[in-house]
Amino acid sequence: MSLSVTTPLDVERIRKDFPALERVVHGDRPLVYLDNAATSQKPRQVLDALEDYYAHHNANVHRGIHVLAEEATALYEGARDKVAAFVNAPDRAEVVFTKNSSEALNLAANVIAWAEQPYGIHRGDEVVITEMEHHSNIVPWQMVAQRTGATLKWFGLTDDGRLDLSDIDRVITERTKVVSFVLVSNILGTINPAEVIVRRAREVGALVVVDASQAAPHMPLDVRALGADLVAFTGHKMCGPTGIGVLWGRKDLLDVLPPFLGGGEMIETVTMESSTYAPLPHKFEAGTPPIAQAVGLGAAVDYLTGLGMDKVAEHEHAITAYALDRMQTVPGLRVIGPLTAADRGAAISFALGDLHPHDVGQVLDELGIAVRVGHHCARPVCQRYHVPATTRASFYLYSTPAEVDALVEGLEHVRRFFGVAS
Amino acid sequence: MKLESMYQEIILDHYRNPHHKGLREPFDAEVHHVNPTCGDEVTLRVKLDDGVVSDVSYDSLGCSISQASVSVMTDLVIGHTLDEATEAYDAFLTLMRAKGDTGSVTDDLEDVLEDAVAFEGVSKYPARIKCALLGWMAWKDATARAVGEGDNTTEESA
Repeated sequence: MSLSVTTPLDVERIRKDFPALERVVHGDRPLVYLDNAATSQKPRQVLDALEDYYAHHNANVHRGIHVLAEEATALYEGARDKVAAFVNAPDRAEVVFTKNSSEALNLAANVIAWAEQPYGIHRGDEVVITEMEHHSNIVPWQMVAQRTGATLKWFGLTDDGRLDLSDIDRVITERTKVVSFVLVSNILGTINPAEVIVRRAREVGALVVVDASQAAPHMPLDVRALGADLVAFTGHKMCGPTGIGVLWGRKDLLDVLPPFLGGGEMIETVTMESSTYAPLPHKFEAGTPPIAQAVGLGAAVDYLTGLGMDKVAEHEHAITAYALDRMQTVPGLRVIGPLTAADRGAAISFALGDLHPHDVGQVLDELGIAVRVGHHCARPVCQRYHVPATTRASFYLYSTPAEVDALVEGLEHVRRFFGVAS
Repeated sequence: MKLESMYQEIILDHYRNPHHKGLREPFDAEVHHVNPTCGDEVTLRVKLDDGVVSDVSYDSLGCSISQASVSVMTDLVIGHTLDEATEAYDAFLTLMRAKGDTGSVTDDLEDVLEDAVAFEGVSKYPARIKCALLGWMAWKDATARAVGEGDNTTEESA
């Protein structure tokens, strides 16, 4: 079945870099890992970087004058350089390390809300998000709105899983202080038309925050071309370790925004009465940072850059197109999200007849196929499409057409298991 | 195959043809419980009469395990005294803590649980225990409220 996919990547060779992909589960089932939107597997290169850091260079950063402290600092700051280059940042000081995307988005929401004029969020102001956000780009803004008395508005969704931007001029208005949206949906797979939203936000002078958690791992991410003010993403979805995320921000903006967390590392001088703050990026990195995790992310960025993000995107586009074709041959399967691979990422949510996703996922797991079930931290999307939850298969640079075939066969098995008539 | 130990035929039967489903009047208390990790939901009503669970009705949405479990639960509590129903509740909790260890399921437990013994296989799957417990937790909560209501009424009428 699986001959119709042309890919620029040597997937067979790539898969050898990922030890977890060699796992066998439930006795004799080769692992088919299709939960990449939740987290990616890690290549040996990243594992080695973590091991090497802890084995040979472990020390705290930016302090101490001994050899290991200097090596650790160089490795940590070297990771920042790699990430800056990866997203085409104009200045390395614009790359702030956080623990994940959620922290990056909470940082963004709070410091914008606290900021002096012309920023700051107050009663009567409006914040615009979308109905397809991950909870991490909904809840922080809800909290800010509740605290400040600002109004939270959002773009709805079309039946085919896209943003409904038909009334963009009424949603984003002169009152809008911030527009925050997801670049690629973790549940629908939709790639959103950033340029349209950024253009309108600029017209009204609103700040633009982009959740790029599902974009950075899968396609070239160029913060200059994107035109946003702040961009959040996380390391563990892009071959890096957990515990490391990134907030990129325009330097002139980050310079005037207040700090988020206070503590060590983020200060210039401290007296008992008051403190002054360190320059970027340290102003936003209170306390001992996730050093090993940053080093691991640096190694992940090297790995991805070595493959070429344009090639990664091309591979995933081909796999997604193939998967959409094949999956829609399963009787009763309804894709929740765009039905074709155009402007679409590699996360495919679906309903299978009346079967509950938890049951679908359980039977697939027994076959060695790992998918995600539930509302994917995007409950409003499930409500919008009248499903309690979905099953989601999500692909990555190492996914193969044979894995798509295994999924499709698995879904047929699920139907037989629960006695769904064909 | 291990999977059949969880998806016993008896569970699939209850899933396809749930007992006592639908919300009914009268009732003393109504609760709504959710399992946020997978989106299972149940709205459940309890009616008590003189220490007897005279009715449990519910509307629910969710996976086969959660749906079958609430169905089996109604069979075990409706028409029974509150003490008997509570004994079944405690027995089911014990079953869910068995982690698939059949040795811990005693004959006494089996007698109390009847069809609910079929859920023993579920206890091997930590992610699914919450599904199986959803209806039971809702019943416990609704019953506590119904008993509380009863107290209030007594106080008011006194």
